[in-house]
Amino acid sequence: MQPSSSIVSHAARIVTLNWLSVAAVATVTILLLLAVFGPMLAPFDPYATDLGHVLLPPGRTHWFGTDQLGRDVLSRVIVSARLDLFIAVCAVTASFTIGVGIGGLSGYLGGAFDLWTSRIAEMLQVFPLFVLAMALVAALGNDLRNVILATAIVNLPFYVRLARVEVGVLSSQLFVEAARVAGNGDARIIARVLLPNVMPNLMIQLSVNLGWAILNAASLSFIGLGIRPPTAEWGIMVADGAAQAMAGNWWLVVFPGVALALAVFAFNLLGDALRDILDVRSR
Amino acid sequence: MLTFFVRRLLAAVPAICTLVVATFLIMRVLPGDPAAFFASGPVPTAEETAYVRQKLGLDRTVPEQLLIYVKDIARADLGMSFTTGRPVLTELRERLPASLELAVTALLLALAISIPLGVMAAIWRGSPVDHLARVISSIGVSMPTFVTGLLLTYVFFLWLGLAPEPVDRIDMFIAAPPRLTGFLLIDSSLSGRWDALQSAAGRLVLPSITMAIFVLSPLTRMTRSSMLGVLSSDFVRTARAMGLSDVTVYIRYALRNALLPVLTTMGIVFSTMLGSNVLVERVFGWPGIGSFALNALLASDYAPVQGFVLLMGLLLVTVNLAIDVAYGLADPRARRGV
Repeated sequence: MQPSSSIVSHAARIVTLNWLSVAAVATVTILLLLAVFGPMLAPFDPYATDLGHVLLPPGRTHWFGTDQLGRDVLSRVIVSARLDLFIAVCAVTASFTIGVGIGGLSGYLGGAFDLWTSRIAEMLQVFPLFVLAMALVAALGNDLRNVILATAIVNLPFYVRLARVEVGVLSSQLFVEAARVAGNGDARIIARVLLPNVMPNLMIQLSVNLGWAILNAASLSFIGLGIRPPTAEWGIMVADGAAQAMAGNWWLVVFPGVALALAVFAFNLLGDALRDILDVRSR
Repeated sequence: MLTFFVRRLLAAVPAICTLVVATFLIMRVLPGDPAAFFASGPVPTAEETAYVRQKLGLDRTVPEQLLIYVKDIARADLGMSFTTGRPVLTELRERLPASLELAVTALLLALAISIPLGVMAAIWRGSPVDHLARVISSIGVSMPTFVTGLLLTYVFFLWLGLAPEPVDRIDMFIAAPPRLTGFLLIDSSLSGRWDALQSAAGRLVLPSITMAIFVLSPLTRMTRSSMLGVLSSDFVRTARAMGLSDVTVYIRYALRNALLPVLTTMGIVFSTMLGSNVLVERVFGWPGIGSFALNALLASDYAPVQGFVLLMGLLLVTVNLAIDVAYGLADPRARRGV
């Protein structure tokens, strides 16, 4: 029996069973395409003000309407994808690499190092993550780099704890012992035996975290931290549009808000789909 | 039981110490020279700045400053907010009930929805109810609270006219009830001010729904999975075999046991709620600690932020302590672990 083909057929079965997973994969693909080709796809210049066409409701020319400066909402929503995804990918990559490194080591080594890292991770996790991110951005300085850094730091404990538990459980398994007895060094065991086995669960966490990181970045810019206007970004667009929406111009909140929610939703569903496919225990 | 309680209480001490040091460090790392900020006049002279720096203790070494900070906290002195010109502690004490009233209402609402939903999803596993529960909770956790809040306000206040305007906790033309606990629902009930109770309850509806939606997911999922675990256990099978009715088996036997893991997730849930509080309070003009800290933060007024983070941490340490004690009371096995 070939393992790869059985995974493919299992994945195919899951996909046919659950159309939500298909929708998730499709939405994430669209988001990635928008992030790469967004500026080319946008029908108008997202920063071009047009005071002759202010606050137009959604219509034939401007599908999502225009804002108080006459900027095309659709173009701004499209262009935002790149920035929000960029923040999320950078932050999650950083916390994944560092977190898995620290967590894997503490699971493998045990002892005092393990004790301290788990204690710190535990304490960080108890705290409201959004408040922590808020305080960090304020403390480090109010710019894009620090939003990424803060998002990475608040996500770190999840990876540390997950990698630690997974590696800890695996280290005592017989096949790891066998690899050691066969004369493999620590580095080789970690890279060739442990990492491939902890990857599935980490991938699920990664996907869910990407959604969470987008939400976090948009929330920070909504309250005026991190990215500043006039940058096109979903959180800022909602914040800008909030006052306008209360005057009846709903499209300024609805379109960027729905785009944001959809992006987070897609990554969460992708995490669920990955869990169905990768988690051997639930098969 | 008493030893368990004392041991658990002692375990909270390092967390509180870390919290104090962390808030101190945040204050130290924060940009800008507080002395230049506090010194009077638009262009403070060097002597003025030096005087203020000395007065604030900023010319001391870092360990000395930490010691001063710890002493201040012990005397319940959290510094002054220069945007409002009042002590931070007074501000926080006045505003905390507003935030707690909102968070607790939202938590009760979320529990009232997610527990039945999770139970039904577990009993009829794989049925449309199960899928519906999954979709609802996935959507809930993906909706940014500020978007949900704005959309609800648009629909129910602006469009349908059912909800009150999203400003403050009570109608400005209704006198607030005498302050007894700070919780408007309790205060107005105790003093028999039904107009105030109605207004305060009305203003709680949209913000608490907004917050509840966000935490439906972890609660529903936890209820579902722990209920599934319990339903497949031997004692449930025995109870069924003895011919007990479905309701007795599900509610009296299974649910009671399934609720324990849900209790442990409440710590994370409450923490998430306190975090989203900042956003919800901003959208609904809610006079709580979140909006206070946010306004201070945006005005580079750092003492309130420090106090806010400290209070938040203490609150969570207390909540987690209470959860562990409740767990110990409910399940004797948990008392041995700590």
